[in-house]
Amino acid sequence: MAKQHYTLTVNGEQRDVLCEPRELLIHTLREQLDITGPHVGCETSHCGACTVEINGKSVKSCTVFTAQANGADVTTIEGLGSPDGLHVLQEKFREHHGLQCGYCTPGMITRAHRLLQENPNPTEEEVRFGIAGNLCRCTGYQNIVKSILAAAAEMNAAKEAAE
Amino acid sequence: MNDLTPSREERTENLKGLGCSRKRVEDARFTQGKGNYVDDIKMPGMLFGDFVRSPYAHARVKNINSEEALKVPGVLAVLTAKDLEPLGLHWMPTLAGDKQMVLADGKVLFQGQEVAFVVATDRYAAADGIEAVEVEYEELPVVVDPFKALDPDAPVLREDLEGQTEGAHGPRKHHNHIFLWEAGDKEATESVLASADVVAEEMVYYHRTHPCPLEPCGCVASMDKVNGKLTLWGTFQAPHAVRTVASLISGIAEHNIRVISPDIGGGFGNKVGVYPGYVCSIVASIVTGKPVKWIEDRMDNLMATAFARDYWMKGKIAATKEGKITGLWCHTTADHGGFDACADPTKFPAGFMNICTGSYDIPVAYLGVDGVYTNKAPGGVAYRCSFRVTEAAYFIERMIEILAIELNMDAAELRRINFIKKEQFPYQSALGWEYDSGDYHTAWEKALKAVDYEGLRKEQAERVEAFKRGETRKLLGIGLTHFTEIVGAGPVKNCDILGLGMFDSCEIRIHPTGSAIARLGTISQGQGHATTFAQILASEIGLPADSITIEEGDTDTAPYGLGTYGSRSTPVAGAATAMAGRKIRAKAQMIAAYLLEVHDDDVEWDVDRFAVKGAPERFKTMAEIAFAAYNQAIPGIEPGLEAVSYYDPPNMTYPFGAYICVMEIDVDTGVHEIRQFYALDDCGTRINPMIIEGQVHGGVTEALAIAMGQEIAYDEMGNVKTGTLMDFFLPTAWETPNYTTDHTTTPSPHHPIGAKGVGESPNVGGVPAFSNAVHDAFRAFGLRQSHMPHDHWRIWKTAHDLGLHG
Ligand code: FES
Ligand code: FES
Repeated sequence: MAKQHYTLTVNGEQRDVLCEPRELLIHTLREQLDITGPHVGCETSHCGACTVEINGKSVKSCTVFTAQANGADVTTIEGLGSPDGLHVLQEKFREHHGLQCGYCTPGMITRAHRLLQENPNPTEEEVRFGIAGNLCRCTGYQNIVKSILAAAAEMNAAKEAAE
Repeated sequence: MNDLTPSREERTENLKGLGCSRKRVEDARFTQGKGNYVDDIKMPGMLFGDFVRSPYAHARVKNINSEEALKVPGVLAVLTAKDLEPLGLHWMPTLAGDKQMVLADGKVLFQGQEVAFVVATDRYAAADGIEAVEVEYEELPVVVDPFKALDPDAPVLREDLEGQTEGAHGPRKHHNHIFLWEAGDKEATESVLASADVVAEEMVYYHRTHPCPLEPCGCVASMDKVNGKLTLWGTFQAPHAVRTVASLISGIAEHNIRVISPDIGGGFGNKVGVYPGYVCSIVASIVTGKPVKWIEDRMDNLMATAFARDYWMKGKIAATKEGKITGLWCHTTADHGGFDACADPTKFPAGFMNICTGSYDIPVAYLGVDGVYTNKAPGGVAYRCSFRVTEAAYFIERMIEILAIELNMDAAELRRINFIKKEQFPYQSALGWEYDSGDYHTAWEKALKAVDYEGLRKEQAERVEAFKRGETRKLLGIGLTHFTEIVGAGPVKNCDILGLGMFDSCEIRIHPTGSAIARLGTISQGQGHATTFAQILASEIGLPADSITIEEGDTDTAPYGLGTYGSRSTPVAGAATAMAGRKIRAKAQMIAAYLLEVHDDDVEWDVDRFAVKGAPERFKTMAEIAFAAYNQAIPGIEPGLEAVSYYDPPNMTYPFGAYICVMEIDVDTGVHEIRQFYALDDCGTRINPMIIEGQVHGGVTEALAIAMGQEIAYDEMGNVKTGTLMDFFLPTAWETPNYTTDHTTTPSPHHPIGAKGVGESPNVGGVPAFSNAVHDAFRAFGLRQSHMPHDHWRIWKTAHDLGLHG
């Protein structure tokens, strides 16, 4: 299959790629752009390990072709923290033992990040529902939920303080 | 003279040693997406291999035509059994003493079996190549029922074994029979059963399931032809064993093989075995001279690598009228699929199923296990389990409940009167184990009290009455479990895998400035070894855990060990860590005495230093000692401060726990709701409570999945019906409840720090707790036994069969 040229903005940087129209975004990210934070757990849109943000929405990047993301703004786990520090969510996952093997973690945090933009003050139920597209085999979710609620509280407190 | 601030308490706290909920050192990396899993490995010129798999469960392979496939752009090679045969690699040994086809040799025995290996420039080209390989099959009759497999005229599955009446574990009595393994006293047990007041009899089935870690299995093989070295990265729970096995089967000298387990995205037993993908990648790398990556996809994973359980356990339990158990009998039919690919210690082809007397003082018992071949995927591995302990615990905890029904007795009370008493430890079980320590009654009473057991029973009785009056359609189930685990395999005298003794190891190197690196023979898959092993060491050698690097998984640098599974890391490698630390301390004592100008016996250990007895202000800290060890000429003492320990445990450890699940069941929809789940674990000395709690949450959630919905199901044609995450149940955050964790502490008397291991307990105890809750809800309506998984349909069916739908 002939390769095509696509341009995406990934974590704020413009990236040009050459790939077949059938290539999945997760493969382009991981194999061409060396963005290996998002993982592959199923390739069938069930596990959420590959979750990224596309134009401000949580998307399982095994569900879209790179061709479909042409011109889009893509954020991955690599785009959340800063070189000198962890994002609040990353920090809270560490503090509340919200991860074990770490394989689901990038997708989970990326999803949680968007969830908290959609709903900055979620209840436990809303968090559980909001991350139900992301599977974790290790933690039993209890500490993930705790981490996300703690991050929400801290982000809200920071916002209040700033106002 | 030295200042005595900070205080001893402050110094202890500063170490972040045993017992503290130290935050994990792994997490900064993982939360930023900076983990390094096998699929993240990228090498110049790396190729990608993938399998042509059989669509049939049983068929002859008449012909494989690769001609078209080789024309596909990017496809470089197609390997078949014919290519591997000259190398003797078309079959490989399994860890259970059987052998398994690497690529279909004349026939296939299960759906999804590896038939040909396509090597291409990338995964898309490999997929195209797979499509283009033409395989001609001739279908054969399929056997999926292990009982029918033993019919006299059942089709012969393993033609390679035809006429062989001796297997790896004794005589084979039928062409589809693998072994009969027995423990205990059959005659005595049967005579107790014959004369008992009460005998409860039941078939308890623990269905086929799958560990399904979020990261599937995979590897990268790189044969460097210039220096003759093979490097193999992979999702290996036992990297050292993989190196030895790779050397034995390939003929490459062991020093020329380097096996590396990078970060592993969960294992749960799925990543212990040796899979055809590893062998084919190695061969492909040798053939092409390039690194070759193989990563299975989720369907491959569920269909072909490592199922677990599939045990049909027929039980009889005898008791007096008062409920004192007098004997236990069990015969199990074990469905292993097409090849026996368990990873059990050699002398235990049915794993530690003979822990099936559980937490109870049962004077006489018998266990027989018949292993059988069927047209299903090979296994069965220990899914978050120490070799069939999950099956054993489920069996006994169901049998106790059924006996309680038979005796018309409360199941909590029945357990109470049969528990092994605290003073009976070390306890010799009727099936051959010596339980190291336990205090079951204390744990049990604590658990019952925590959930207000009496109150729950009252509520349940009222609910039954209300249901009968037509006021509610919901029933209440109280699922009780008291499990005893057997972990930490194991003593080399009776535990080996393929002849490799199951000791483990730790090597410590102290740096001159008072920091250290320790390497172990194990490998973390999420358990947080880099955090917890440093804690063990911090308490032993008095250097802060934050100054200790833990490294595992590289066979070129780490000492030899048998890896991480069966909750063996803490009991075995954890012990090795403590012992190596003690060697360091012994040398440090001599150095300190020299520096303090006193006799060796005149200094004593104090948290992070040696001090002169009776003069605590005269001391040398470990950091000072470390510097002196390297930089000061001390007469009679070699420079440096290093130690290694290979620990062969004297016994297994026996963690235990009391779990209680309170469940609401809607009789009309079969939908369940978990109202409360209480988990009390006694894993001996607790290294990091935060990590223990995390292990319990995760393990109970896996138990929830298994008990309530997760299944590898086949139809009569041998088609896998649950080969994707659409059909194979993994609970989401939405279905998963919150758990309450609790503990008692009964240290292991033979472990250097008294720790027993915890990773598997929640799975072992969780499954019977959920299943017993379902059964208990229907007890008042006459239910004795129904098979897992208790999905909505099965629960609805149970209610329907009991006449509860009017
Ligand atoms: S890999 Fe995309 S959802 Fe599983
Ligand atoms: S931490 Fe392992 S899958 Fe979530």
